[in-house]
Amino acid sequence: MTNLLPTGLPRIEQMQMIDIVKRFPGVLANDKVSFDVKAGEIHTLLGENGAGKSTLMKQLYGLYRPDSGEILINGQEMKFRSPQDAIDAGVGMIHQHFMLVPSLTVVENVALGLKSSRGFRLDLDVVEKRIIKLSKQYGLKVDPHAYVWQLAVGEQQRVEIIKALYRGAALMILDEPTAVLTPQEVDELFETFKQIASDGHALIFISHKLHEVLAISNRITVLRDGRVVNQCTPEGVSKADLAQMMVGRPVILEYDRPPLKHGKPMLEIQGVCAQSDRGTQALKNVSLTVNHGEILGLAGVSGNGQRELAEALAGLRPITDGKVLLNNQDITHASPLKHIEAGQSYIPEERMREGAIKEFSVADNFILEDHSKEPYSKLTFMHFKTIAAKTKEAVNSFNVKTPSIDTPLKNLSGGNIQKLILARELTRKPEVLIASQPTRGVDIGATEYIHQRLLEQREQGTATLLISEDLDEIRAVADRIAVIYEGEIVDIVDARTASLKHLGLMMAGVRPEEEAAD
Amino acid sequence: MAELFTLPVLLGILYSGIRLATPYLYAAIGETFAQRSGVLNLGVDGIMLMGAYSGFYVAMKSGNLWLGLLAAAGTGILMGLMMSVVSVTLQAQQGISGIGLQLFGLGLSTLLFKTTLGGVKSISGFSPVKIPLLGDIPGLGDVLFNHNVLVYGAFLLVPLANWVLNRTTFGLKVRAVGQNPKAADTLGVNVTLIRYITVTLGGMLAGIAGASLSIALINLFQENMTSGMGFIAVALVYFGSWRPVGVMWGALLFSFVNALQLWIQVLGIPLPSDLAVMMPYILTILALTFAANRAQTPAALTKPFERGEN
Repeated sequence: MTNLLPTGLPRIEQMQMIDIVKRFPGVLANDKVSFDVKAGEIHTLLGENGAGKSTLMKQLYGLYRPDSGEILINGQEMKFRSPQDAIDAGVGMIHQHFMLVPSLTVVENVALGLKSSRGFRLDLDVVEKRIIKLSKQYGLKVDPHAYVWQLAVGEQQRVEIIKALYRGAALMILDEPTAVLTPQEVDELFETFKQIASDGHALIFISHKLHEVLAISNRITVLRDGRVVNQCTPEGVSKADLAQMMVGRPVILEYDRPPLKHGKPMLEIQGVCAQSDRGTQALKNVSLTVNHGEILGLAGVSGNGQRELAEALAGLRPITDGKVLLNNQDITHASPLKHIEAGQSYIPEERMREGAIKEFSVADNFILEDHSKEPYSKLTFMHFKTIAAKTKEAVNSFNVKTPSIDTPLKNLSGGNIQKLILARELTRKPEVLIASQPTRGVDIGATEYIHQRLLEQREQGTATLLISEDLDEIRAVADRIAVIYEGEIVDIVDARTASLKHLGLMMAGVRPEEEAAD
Repeated sequence: MAELFTLPVLLGILYSGIRLATPYLYAAIGETFAQRSGVLNLGVDGIMLMGAYSGFYVAMKSGNLWLGLLAAAGTGILMGLMMSVVSVTLQAQQGISGIGLQLFGLGLSTLLFKTTLGGVKSISGFSPVKIPLLGDIPGLGDVLFNHNVLVYGAFLLVPLANWVLNRTTFGLKVRAVGQNPKAADTLGVNVTLIRYITVTLGGMLAGIAGASLSIALINLFQENMTSGMGFIAVALVYFGSWRPVGVMWGALLFSFVNALQLWIQVLGIPLPSDLAVMMPYILTILALTFAANRAQTPAALTKPFERGEN
């Protein structure tokens, strides 16, 4: 190989994974998967959660070993025992959940695990110079001396990319790199990726966001249930086609929404303030009103106060200032139980940590909230027959796929757990629903189902506050969209007329009046 | 009370305080490395006892104090390895496995004491080495520069540990592994190996800490002679916010108060001796309550690491 990358390292002209098989107890995660990527191209691996994308890539990065099949780099067979082997072979990975140490500086994070030019002693000044060079070359702005915990997510993303480039990654695996970025940041990132590819790097892009896949890929490989179901180029393929390949049946990307009937305010949030876990001001004067029969979407980049708002509204986080009215009843300082009794349902963002008890059975989880009430129990004695009957009814009507209602919840897929939580919360016929990231990590089929249920609930008059970091979800379901940035509501706009560009700018904290001034 | 504030007594307190800080320094600096990499070793006290015993026994039998020190370090390494196997490889609950190690060290050292020594015997330990010139400074010279070699070693360990943690590739790995082992793993850092090294190093230093008692400071071995010093060392790591210099200030503060209460008893000041003995411990509790900087806590402390877990 005479061709070198700008970083002076050899290119990976071709990487091939041939007939990869990987089993986990009870699951065939990769079933004879073949996949390849060449220098200078961006090859997308598309599939639902659980389709086997991450498992396949973890084998390429040395985190797992394949049960059978081979990995070839430039025609030579590779046996990766650890990430170090993969790094040595020129493979780099940008992880979905950033692999950074918050208490270390940018330079220290990049230097971690590298051989120092001074042996045992660190050579941070040398590392810093190269970081600055790389950051200029690819337009990746970072402050080498900042601590990672001080950086915004977009900056952390850039540190991850620099880390991979620094290690001379001739092949880069990009595992859902856009999950936490605003649309504008995504555009910038894609320019960087295209530049990296045109310099002769081979890029593997992992995503389930269809428009991104169409915008960036040279080739697309679709995985479903651990198998390759299709390989194509983006030309002449539509989002609907891709969705169908992923799910195996036609998927609805846009829902029919009956026009909004103007109802009275059900949930009124007036100038609410609350603190974060670290004691900083997480919510600053948040005011929102959700009306009867309306879905209000709350958009924003992760970590701008969404979690704190959801918890404050559920009675789980003290409200330091302001008021919350539910159907004209003051519930500002009410306990979670009072919220429930007032007719509010809550779908927490961490379904496994807060929404359910994973060791409990499906039935026990279903009655978690109302177990002490009729018809589930009377005078502390539980009515197991009624519980079983009601759970079965809910499991059937919400399409929860479970072997039985006595199965421990942890044996169900994420989508089915979420459907069960939805069943529990909606069976109570709530007047107000707080839904926090209801479809995160859930497969397309379940997502579609959950969206339709939310819209059905809207028809029945429930006032829903949908908190989501997925802008597509909010645009598909919400009537109005509020954007939150650093704990403040930037603006509230009509969902039908709001442009993606406008929403993206607001998510980055640009207020409408500033945008007009540009 | 006035007799406490005479120059000779104050210098005496200073001198004993520095001496007494020695075992805490070795043990707590070692524990700092282990905790920085994410392993809480509560067995330090047991390792100290075994170090104290083996150091004393070998020194007595061979007549060579350095051989004794080597034996103590070796014993510490072995016990550090035991802790590593149980808590890193087998991923046992660190609090529990540490207590187990402590009880093991206590039991075994008592048994060996009874079978091989029979009773309390003493040897002549490392003698003070006066540092030329500095040792001749009136007053302070004797207090600061007329100690045995293990005392000097303990204080030299502080800047050395600081340098290793903050200025070397190994130190960077230790810090990363204690904060985010997953990230370190993806960058090719061997998390298991780093934790083995730090816990074993911590064990070795705990062994030396024990020997500093039995062959340099008190020069005898007695069952349970540490009486919980290893636990204080663990507390000092929290007190010092996982930084060697902070740990040193904690060790000194604790030892000075300890020296003070000894002198109070020696001078026959009318203060109930039980109360005097309690002073350093009460101070530790207060200091831990108010001084511990929780933001510095290694995020992965006490959490075993397993690759590929989500």
